[in-house]
Amino acid sequence: MKKYLRLLYNGIIPANPVFVLLLGMCATLGTTSSALNGLMMGIATAAVLICSNAAISLLKNVIPDKVRIPAYIVIIATFVTVLQLAISAWMPALNASLGIFIPLIVVNCILLGRAEAFAGKNGVIASLIDGLGCGIGFIFALTLLGAVREFLGTGHIFGYEIYSEDYGMLIFVLAPGAFIALGYLIAIVSRLRGLSSNT
Amino acid sequence: MLYLSIIITAIFINNIVFSQFLGICPFLGVSKRISSALGMGAAVTFVMTLATVVAWLLQTYILDPCGLQFLQTIVFILVIAFLVQLLEIVMKKSVPALYQALGVFLPLITTNCAVLGVAILVIQKEYNLLQSLTYGVSTAIGFTLALWIFAGIREQLELTAVPRGMRGVPLALISAGILAMAFMGFSGITIG
Repeated sequence: MKKYLRLLYNGIIPANPVFVLLLGMCATLGTTSSALNGLMMGIATAAVLICSNAAISLLKNVIPDKVRIPAYIVIIATFVTVLQLAISAWMPALNASLGIFIPLIVVNCILLGRAEAFAGKNGVIASLIDGLGCGIGFIFALTLLGAVREFLGTGHIFGYEIYSEDYGMLIFVLAPGAFIALGYLIAIVSRLRGLSSNT
Repeated sequence: MLYLSIIITAIFINNIVFSQFLGICPFLGVSKRISSALGMGAAVTFVMTLATVVAWLLQTYILDPCGLQFLQTIVFILVIAFLVQLLEIVMKKSVPALYQALGVFLPLITTNCAVLGVAILVIQKEYNLLQSLTYGVSTAIGFTLALWIFAGIREQLELTAVPRGMRGVPLALISAGILAMAFMGFSGITIG
Protein backbone atom coordinates (compact mmCIF):
# COMPACT_ATOMS: atom_id res chain seq x y z
CA MET A 1 0.00 0.00 0.00
CA LYS A 2 2.77 2.38 0.94
CA LYS A 3 4.49 1.61 -2.35
CA TYR A 4 1.38 2.61 -4.30
CA LEU A 5 0.98 5.83 -2.34
CA ARG A 6 4.58 6.73 -3.12
CA LEU A 7 3.97 6.00 -6.80
CA LEU A 8 0.90 8.22 -6.78
CA TYR A 9 2.69 11.06 -4.99
CA ASN A 10 5.75 10.78 -7.23
CA GLY A 11 3.80 11.66 -10.38
CA ILE A 12 2.07 14.61 -8.77
CA ILE A 13 4.93 16.60 -7.24
CA PRO A 14 8.54 15.29 -7.46
CA ALA A 15 8.23 14.07 -11.05
CA ASN A 16 5.46 16.35 -12.28
CA PRO A 17 5.26 15.76 -16.03
CA VAL A 18 5.02 19.44 -16.94
CA PHE A 19 6.92 21.41 -14.33
CA VAL A 20 9.76 18.95 -13.72
CA LEU A 21 10.02 16.52 -16.64
CA LEU A 22 8.98 19.14 -19.21
CA LEU A 23 6.90 16.69 -21.23
CA GLY A 24 3.78 17.39 -23.21
CA MET A 25 4.55 21.05 -23.73
CA CYS A 26 2.43 21.52 -26.88
CA ALA A 27 -0.83 20.60 -25.18
CA THR A 28 0.21 22.48 -22.05
CA LEU A 29 0.73 25.73 -23.93
CA GLY A 30 -1.98 25.29 -26.53
CA THR A 31 -5.00 24.50 -24.40
CA THR A 32 -4.59 26.59 -21.27
CA SER A 33 -6.18 29.85 -22.35
CA SER A 34 -8.60 29.37 -19.44
CA ALA A 35 -8.62 27.26 -16.28
CA LEU A 36 -11.57 25.19 -17.50
CA ASN A 37 -9.91 24.34 -20.82
CA GLY A 38 -6.73 23.36 -19.00
CA LEU A 39 -8.68 21.16 -16.58
CA MET A 40 -10.58 19.45 -19.40
CA MET A 41 -7.46 18.81 -21.45
CA GLY A 42 -5.77 17.46 -18.33
CA ILE A 43 -8.65 15.08 -17.66
CA ALA A 44 -8.72 13.92 -21.30
CA THR A 45 -4.98 13.20 -21.30
CA ALA A 46 -5.12 11.52 -17.88
CA ALA A 47 -7.94 9.25 -19.04
CA VAL A 48 -5.94 8.09 -22.05
CA LEU A 49 -2.81 7.72 -19.91
CA ILE A 50 -4.51 5.51 -17.32
CA CYS A 51 -6.14 3.30 -19.99
CA SER A 52 -3.01 2.98 -22.13
CA ASN A 53 -0.81 2.27 -19.10
CA ALA A 54 -3.15 -0.51 -17.98
CA ALA A 55 -3.52 -2.01 -21.48
CA ILE A 56 0.22 -1.93 -22.17
CA SER A 57 0.97 -3.49 -18.82
CA LEU A 58 -1.51 -6.30 -19.55
CA LEU A 59 -0.05 -6.91 -23.01
CA LYS A 60 3.61 -6.54 -22.11
CA ASN A 61 4.33 -10.27 -22.32
CA VAL A 62 2.63 -10.60 -25.71
CA ILE A 63 4.29 -7.67 -27.45
CA PRO A 64 7.66 -8.63 -29.00
CA ASP A 65 10.45 -6.43 -27.74
CA LYS A 66 11.58 -5.28 -31.18
CA VAL A 67 8.27 -3.76 -32.23
CA ARG A 68 7.21 -2.49 -28.83
CA ILE A 69 7.29 1.24 -29.71
CA PRO A 70 4.95 0.95 -32.75
CA ALA A 71 2.73 -1.37 -30.70
CA TYR A 72 2.55 1.18 -27.87
CA ILE A 73 1.72 3.94 -30.35
CA VAL A 74 -1.14 1.92 -31.84
CA ILE A 75 -2.55 1.17 -28.37
CA ILE A 76 -2.35 4.84 -27.41
CA ALA A 77 -3.85 5.96 -30.74
CA THR A 78 -6.76 3.56 -30.24
CA PHE A 79 -7.64 5.04 -26.86
CA VAL A 80 -7.26 8.56 -28.27
CA THR A 81 -9.68 7.70 -31.08
CA VAL A 82 -12.21 6.35 -28.58
CA LEU A 83 -11.88 9.54 -26.54
CA GLN A 84 -12.13 11.72 -29.64
CA LEU A 85 -15.38 10.04 -30.70
CA ALA A 86 -16.79 10.26 -27.18
CA ILE A 87 -15.98 13.95 -26.82
CA SER A 88 -17.30 14.93 -30.23
CA ALA A 89 -20.54 13.06 -29.52
CA TRP A 90 -21.22 14.19 -25.96
CA MET A 91 -19.34 17.46 -25.57
CA PRO A 92 -19.25 19.27 -28.94
CA ALA A 93 -18.41 22.61 -27.29
CA LEU A 94 -15.33 21.13 -25.63
CA ASN A 95 -14.37 19.49 -28.91
CA ALA A 96 -14.47 22.89 -30.61
CA SER A 97 -12.36 24.63 -27.97
CA LEU A 98 -9.67 21.95 -27.71
CA GLY A 99 -9.75 21.31 -31.45
CA ILE A 100 -6.71 19.65 -32.90
CA PHE A 101 -5.14 18.99 -29.52
CA ILE A 102 -7.41 15.99 -28.88
CA PRO A 103 -5.97 13.84 -31.72
CA LEU A 104 -2.55 15.20 -30.83
CA ILE A 105 -2.70 13.46 -27.44
CA VAL A 106 -1.19 10.56 -29.43
CA VAL A 107 2.13 12.34 -29.74
CA ASN A 108 2.14 13.65 -26.18
CA CYS A 109 5.52 12.44 -24.90
CA ILE A 110 4.08 11.67 -21.44
CA LEU A 111 2.07 8.72 -22.77
CA LEU A 112 4.87 7.02 -24.65
CA GLY A 113 7.30 7.98 -21.90
CA ARG A 114 5.26 6.28 -19.16
CA ALA A 115 4.60 3.27 -21.40
CA GLU A 116 8.28 2.79 -22.08
CA ALA A 117 9.59 3.68 -18.62
CA PHE A 118 6.94 2.10 -16.44
CA ALA A 119 3.99 0.18 -17.89
CA GLY A 120 6.16 -2.06 -20.08
CA LYS A 121 7.99 -3.34 -17.01
CA ASN A 122 5.48 -3.36 -14.16
CA GLY A 123 2.23 -5.02 -13.12
CA VAL A 124 -1.26 -3.78 -13.94
CA ILE A 125 -2.14 -2.23 -10.57
CA ALA A 126 1.18 -0.41 -10.27
CA SER A 127 0.81 0.85 -13.85
CA LEU A 128 -2.72 2.07 -13.15
CA ILE A 129 -1.53 3.96 -10.07
CA ASP A 130 1.42 5.37 -11.99
CA GLY A 131 -0.91 6.55 -14.74
CA LEU A 132 -3.24 8.06 -12.17
CA GLY A 133 -0.38 9.89 -10.41
CA CYS A 134 1.07 11.30 -13.63
CA GLY A 135 -2.42 12.13 -14.84
CA ILE A 136 -3.22 14.08 -11.67
CA GLY A 137 0.13 15.85 -11.95
CA PHE A 138 -0.70 16.82 -15.53
CA ILE A 139 -4.23 17.98 -14.61
CA PHE A 140 -2.79 20.01 -11.74
CA ALA A 141 -0.18 21.68 -13.96
CA LEU A 142 -2.62 22.51 -16.75
CA THR A 143 -5.29 23.83 -14.41
CA LEU A 144 -2.76 25.98 -12.56
CA LEU A 145 -1.35 27.42 -15.78
CA GLY A 146 -4.86 27.96 -17.15
CA ALA A 147 -5.95 29.71 -13.95
CA VAL A 148 -2.89 31.98 -13.92
CA ARG A 149 -3.40 32.95 -17.55
CA GLU A 150 -7.13 33.48 -17.15
CA PHE A 151 -6.60 35.53 -13.97
CA LEU A 152 -3.91 37.78 -15.45
CA GLY A 153 -5.60 38.02 -18.83
CA THR A 154 -9.25 38.56 -18.01
CA GLY A 155 -9.53 38.84 -14.22
CA HIS A 156 -11.60 35.66 -14.00
CA ILE A 157 -10.85 32.21 -12.57
CA PHE A 158 -13.09 29.39 -13.84
CA GLY A 159 -15.33 32.14 -15.17
CA TYR A 160 -15.79 33.84 -11.76
CA GLU A 161 -14.86 37.49 -11.78
CA ILE A 162 -12.05 38.49 -9.41
CA TYR A 163 -11.42 41.94 -10.84
CA SER A 164 -12.83 43.80 -13.81
CA GLU A 165 -11.90 42.50 -17.23
CA ASP A 166 -10.97 46.07 -18.27
CA TYR A 167 -7.76 45.80 -16.25
CA GLY A 168 -6.76 42.41 -17.62
CA MET A 169 -3.59 41.95 -19.66
CA LEU A 170 -4.93 40.38 -22.81
CA ILE A 171 -1.48 39.16 -23.84
CA PHE A 172 -1.70 36.35 -21.26
CA VAL A 173 -4.68 34.79 -23.01
CA LEU A 174 -2.87 35.02 -26.35
CA ALA A 175 0.07 32.92 -27.51
CA PRO A 176 3.04 34.88 -26.07
CA GLY A 177 1.50 34.90 -22.58
CA ALA A 178 1.44 31.11 -22.57
CA PHE A 179 5.20 30.90 -22.98
CA ILE A 180 5.87 33.63 -20.42
CA ALA A 181 3.46 32.30 -17.77
CA LEU A 182 4.78 28.73 -18.12
CA GLY A 183 8.38 30.01 -17.97
CA TYR A 184 7.72 31.78 -14.67
CA LEU A 185 5.77 28.83 -13.23
CA ILE A 186 8.63 26.43 -14.02
CA ALA A 187 11.11 28.90 -12.53
CA ILE A 188 9.04 29.14 -9.33
CA VAL A 189 8.65 25.37 -9.05
CA SER A 190 12.35 24.70 -9.59
CA ARG A 191 13.20 27.44 -7.04
CA LEU A 192 10.84 25.81 -4.53
CA ARG A 193 12.44 22.45 -5.14
CA GLY A 194 15.79 24.07 -4.44
CA LEU A 195 17.22 22.85 -7.71
CA SER A 196 18.26 24.58 -10.86
CA SER A 197 17.14 22.87 -14.02
CA ASN A 198 20.23 22.62 -16.12
CA THR A 199 18.72 21.34 -19.33
CA MET B 1 -2.97 34.70 -54.83
CA LEU B 2 -4.46 31.91 -52.71
CA TYR B 3 -1.14 30.08 -52.66
CA LEU B 4 0.78 33.22 -51.69
CA SER B 5 -1.71 33.75 -48.89
CA ILE B 6 -1.22 30.16 -47.67
CA ILE B 7 2.55 30.59 -47.72
CA ILE B 8 2.67 33.92 -45.88
CA THR B 9 0.06 32.82 -43.35
CA ALA B 10 1.84 29.55 -42.55
CA ILE B 11 5.30 31.09 -42.24
CA PHE B 12 4.61 34.35 -40.43
CA ILE B 13 1.04 35.03 -39.36
CA ASN B 14 0.09 31.62 -37.97
CA ASN B 15 3.60 30.39 -37.29
CA ILE B 16 3.36 26.78 -36.22
CA VAL B 17 5.45 27.29 -33.09
CA PHE B 18 4.52 30.77 -31.94
CA SER B 19 0.83 30.85 -32.57
CA GLN B 20 -0.30 27.23 -32.91
CA PHE B 21 1.90 25.68 -30.21
CA LEU B 22 2.89 22.66 -32.25
CA GLY B 23 6.38 21.20 -32.26
CA ILE B 24 7.37 22.76 -28.93
CA CYS B 25 9.39 19.73 -27.78
CA PRO B 26 12.00 19.89 -30.58
CA PHE B 27 11.75 23.68 -30.43
CA LEU B 28 13.00 23.63 -26.83
CA GLY B 29 15.14 20.52 -27.18
CA VAL B 30 17.24 21.16 -30.27
CA SER B 31 17.59 24.92 -30.19
CA LYS B 32 20.83 25.23 -28.29
CA ARG B 33 23.09 25.49 -31.36
CA ILE B 34 22.30 27.13 -34.70
CA SER B 35 23.84 24.21 -36.61
CA SER B 36 21.67 21.56 -34.94
CA ALA B 37 18.61 23.80 -35.24
CA LEU B 38 19.11 24.02 -39.00
CA GLY B 39 19.65 20.25 -39.22
CA MET B 40 16.42 19.60 -37.34
CA GLY B 41 14.63 22.13 -39.52
CA ALA B 42 15.78 20.40 -42.69
CA ALA B 43 14.75 16.96 -41.40
CA VAL B 44 11.31 18.25 -40.38
CA THR B 45 10.82 19.95 -43.75
CA PHE B 46 11.59 16.68 -45.48
CA VAL B 47 9.27 14.53 -43.38
CA MET B 48 6.49 17.07 -43.05
CA THR B 49 6.20 17.59 -46.82
CA LEU B 50 6.16 13.88 -47.52
CA ALA B 51 3.83 13.02 -44.62
CA THR B 52 1.31 15.72 -45.55
CA VAL B 53 1.08 14.48 -49.14
CA VAL B 54 0.87 10.79 -48.22
CA ALA B 55 -1.67 11.44 -45.45
CA TRP B 56 -3.79 13.54 -47.82
CA LEU B 57 -3.75 10.81 -50.48
CA LEU B 58 -4.67 8.15 -47.92
CA GLN B 59 -7.50 10.24 -46.51
CA THR B 60 -8.95 11.11 -49.93
CA TYR B 61 -8.61 7.79 -51.69
CA ILE B 62 -8.89 5.22 -48.90
CA LEU B 63 -10.39 6.56 -45.67
CA ASP B 64 -13.11 8.81 -47.15
CA PRO B 65 -14.51 6.38 -49.77
CA CYS B 66 -14.57 3.54 -47.24
CA GLY B 67 -16.15 5.65 -44.49
CA LEU B 68 -13.22 5.01 -42.18
CA GLN B 69 -12.61 8.61 -41.05
CA PHE B 70 -12.52 7.53 -37.42
CA LEU B 71 -9.27 5.65 -38.12
CA GLN B 72 -7.57 8.92 -39.11
CA THR B 73 -5.44 9.34 -35.99
CA ILE B 74 -4.19 5.76 -35.96
CA VAL B 75 -3.47 5.65 -39.70
CA PHE B 76 -1.69 9.00 -39.76
CA ILE B 77 0.62 8.27 -36.84
CA LEU B 78 1.53 4.91 -38.36
CA VAL B 79 2.19 6.54 -41.73
CA ILE B 80 4.49 9.07 -40.12
CA ALA B 81 6.35 6.44 -38.10
CA PHE B 82 6.68 4.31 -41.24
CA LEU B 83 7.88 7.23 -43.37
CA VAL B 84 10.51 8.19 -40.84
CA GLN B 85 11.82 4.62 -40.71
CA LEU B 86 11.79 4.34 -44.50
CA LEU B 87 13.58 7.65 -44.94
CA GLU B 88 16.22 6.60 -42.45
CA ILE B 89 16.90 3.34 -44.31
CA VAL B 90 16.86 4.92 -47.78
CA MET B 91 19.07 7.83 -46.79
CA LYS B 92 21.57 5.58 -45.05
CA LYS B 93 22.03 3.60 -48.28
CA SER B 94 21.76 6.27 -50.96
CA VAL B 95 22.78 9.63 -49.47
CA PRO B 96 25.11 8.85 -46.59
CA ALA B 97 26.28 12.47 -46.37
CA LEU B 98 22.76 13.76 -45.76
CA TYR B 99 22.12 10.86 -43.38
CA GLN B 100 25.19 11.86 -41.37
CA ALA B 101 23.86 15.40 -41.13
CA LEU B 102 20.21 14.60 -40.30
CA GLY B 103 20.58 11.11 -38.82
CA VAL B 104 20.22 11.94 -35.14
CA PHE B 105 17.15 14.10 -35.69
CA LEU B 106 15.13 11.66 -37.76
CA PRO B 107 13.86 9.30 -35.01
CA LEU B 108 12.81 12.34 -32.96
CA ILE B 109 10.41 13.45 -35.68
CA THR B 110 7.96 10.58 -35.10
CA THR B 111 6.86 12.22 -31.87
CA ASN B 112 6.95 15.74 -33.29
CA CYS B 113 3.36 16.86 -33.01
CA ALA B 114 3.84 19.46 -35.74
CA VAL B 115 4.03 16.71 -38.38
CA LEU B 116 0.85 14.94 -37.27
CA GLY B 117 -0.77 18.32 -36.61
CA VAL B 118 -0.20 19.57 -40.15
CA ALA B 119 -1.43 16.28 -41.64
CA ILE B 120 -4.69 16.61 -39.67
CA LEU B 121 -5.01 20.37 -40.29
CA VAL B 122 -4.92 20.11 -44.08
CA ILE B 123 -7.78 17.60 -43.89
CA GLN B 124 -9.75 19.89 -41.55
CA LYS B 125 -9.17 22.89 -43.81
CA GLU B 126 -10.31 20.82 -46.81
CA TYR B 127 -7.33 21.78 -48.94
CA ASN B 128 -6.72 20.08 -52.28
CA LEU B 129 -3.45 18.25 -52.94
CA LEU B 130 -1.46 21.22 -54.23
CA GLN B 131 -2.71 23.47 -51.44
CA SER B 132 -1.81 20.79 -48.89
CA LEU B 133 1.67 20.50 -50.36
CA THR B 134 2.10 24.29 -50.23
CA TYR B 135 0.83 24.41 -46.66
CA GLY B 136 3.12 21.55 -45.58
CA VAL B 137 6.23 23.09 -47.10
CA SER B 138 5.57 26.60 -45.82
CA THR B 139 4.70 25.39 -42.31
CA ALA B 140 7.99 23.51 -42.26
CA ILE B 141 9.80 26.66 -43.39
CA GLY B 142 8.06 28.59 -40.62
CA PHE B 143 9.18 25.95 -38.11
CA THR B 144 12.77 26.12 -39.36
CA LEU B 145 12.71 29.91 -39.21
CA ALA B 146 11.42 29.88 -35.62
CA LEU B 147 14.01 27.30 -34.59
CA TRP B 148 16.81 29.21 -36.29
CA ILE B 149 16.00 32.60 -34.72
CA PHE B 150 15.49 31.01 -31.33
CA ALA B 151 18.79 29.09 -31.48
CA GLY B 152 20.57 32.36 -32.22
CA ILE B 153 18.97 33.95 -29.17
CA ARG B 154 19.78 30.98 -26.93
CA GLU B 155 23.44 31.02 -27.92
CA GLN B 156 23.57 34.57 -26.56
CA LEU B 157 21.47 33.75 -23.48
CA GLU B 158 24.01 31.19 -22.34
CA LEU B 159 26.53 33.96 -21.85
CA THR B 160 24.34 35.98 -19.51
CA ALA B 161 24.19 35.72 -15.74
CA VAL B 162 20.67 34.86 -14.58
CA PRO B 163 19.19 33.78 -11.22
CA ARG B 164 19.53 30.05 -10.55
CA GLY B 165 15.85 29.17 -10.81
CA MET B 166 15.51 30.93 -14.16
CA ARG B 167 18.43 29.18 -15.79
CA GLY B 168 17.72 26.87 -18.73
CA VAL B 169 14.15 26.15 -19.76
CA PRO B 170 12.29 28.94 -17.86
CA LEU B 171 14.45 31.64 -19.44
CA ALA B 172 14.12 29.96 -22.83
CA LEU B 173 10.33 29.91 -22.51
CA ILE B 174 10.14 33.56 -21.54
CA SER B 175 12.39 34.52 -24.47
CA ALA B 176 10.15 32.44 -26.72
CA GLY B 177 7.19 34.41 -25.36
CA ILE B 178 8.81 37.71 -26.28
CA LEU B 179 9.69 36.33 -29.72
CA ALA B 180 6.06 35.21 -30.12
CA MET B 181 4.99 38.76 -29.30
CA ALA B 182 7.22 39.98 -32.13
CA PHE B 183 5.59 37.46 -34.47
CA MET B 184 2.16 38.79 -33.44
CA GLY B 185 3.12 41.94 -35.32
CA PHE B 186 2.62 40.01 -38.54
CA SER B 187 -1.04 39.38 -37.76
CA GLY B 188 -2.02 42.70 -39.34
CA ILE B 189 -0.98 41.48 -42.78
CA THR B 190 -3.83 40.69 -45.13
CA ILE B 191 -3.34 39.23 -48.58
CA GLY B 192 -5.77 39.21 -51.46
